[in-house]
Amino acid sequence: MSVDRFPVEETHIVMFARSIGDPNPVYAGVPEAADTDLGRMIAPPTFAQASAQFDPDYPLRPQIGQRWFGSGATPTGAVSGNAGSADDADGTRAESGGNKGVLHAEQHFEYHRHIGPGDVLTATTSAGNTWEKQSKRAGTLKFSESITEYRNQDGELVITARGVGVQTERPVDS
Amino acid sequence: MALTAADVTIGDTRSLVLTEDLTRTQIVQYAGASGDYNPLHTDDLFTREVAGYPSVFAHGMLTMGMTGRVLTDWVGDGQLVRYGVRFVNQVWPGDRLTATATVTAIAGDTVEFDVVTVNQHDAPVVSGTAAARLRV
Repeated sequence: MSVDRFPVEETHIVMFARSIGDPNPVYAGVPEAADTDLGRMIAPPTFAQASAQFDPDYPLRPQIGQRWFGSGATPTGAVSGNAGSADDADGTRAESGGNKGVLHAEQHFEYHRHIGPGDVLTATTSAGNTWEKQSKRAGTLKFSESITEYRNQDGELVITARGVGVQTERPVDS
Repeated sequence: MALTAADVTIGDTRSLVLTEDLTRTQIVQYAGASGDYNPLHTDDLFTREVAGYPSVFAHGMLTMGMTGRVLTDWVGDGQLVRYGVRFVNQVWPGDRLTATATVTAIAGDTVEFDVVTVNQHDAPVVSGTAAARLRV
């Protein structure tokens, strides 16, 4: 994932904070935040993940004019419509969709600076380690790590994010 | 307000009920804000009939986002240095989630925590650690 421009904005923080159920006034608006001890609005700890909105290739967002693997008139808009089938013409596997069967195993953030409205970030992602484990429930688990560095408009490293995805040999029972 | 070293001792713990009854609408709010529109979280028809789950389930990142509040309410705004979790079990609509942070170490101007969120069956859904700066 690469994001050339992720403007951190007041409205986005307000909506994100509502979605995670945090009524902290520091996220409720610029005027509300000005009255807090910190004295300014900052983003909640996991907000950097919302840079996905500015990733042009992000697979889990419908693209205008393109088939989407979620439901519409039928349970999936993917071309083949068969669960577990091979990739469709557009590469969208119906069952696992945009992430092709990879589950989110871990997520870590290091905060070098706290971001707020007015910051404009870039995100650069590189592959980290890969490893395997055996699971009774799901067979062989293949883990893969990716490191994302978020820099601000001054080129300063603000957040380092490390995500771990896991691909299971067979579906984990729910 | 930001903590000082005098405010915390190893073993101190705080808990917070994140939600009594997680709604599909909150999951939709999170999808919209975060940009993760994976149908597994918001589209019951797809999730049941194509992916084979009993219903939609929450984004792991939603639970991680909700859990952060137990830390920031305690250490103050702008004080977190790191926060990371493993996604241990799925979170379903209707779940009651409780987050607990426990002080594990204090070194200089940094306090470290274990953090865990459990559901109504006391099963962990996310589990991890965090560190924050203390006001000196």
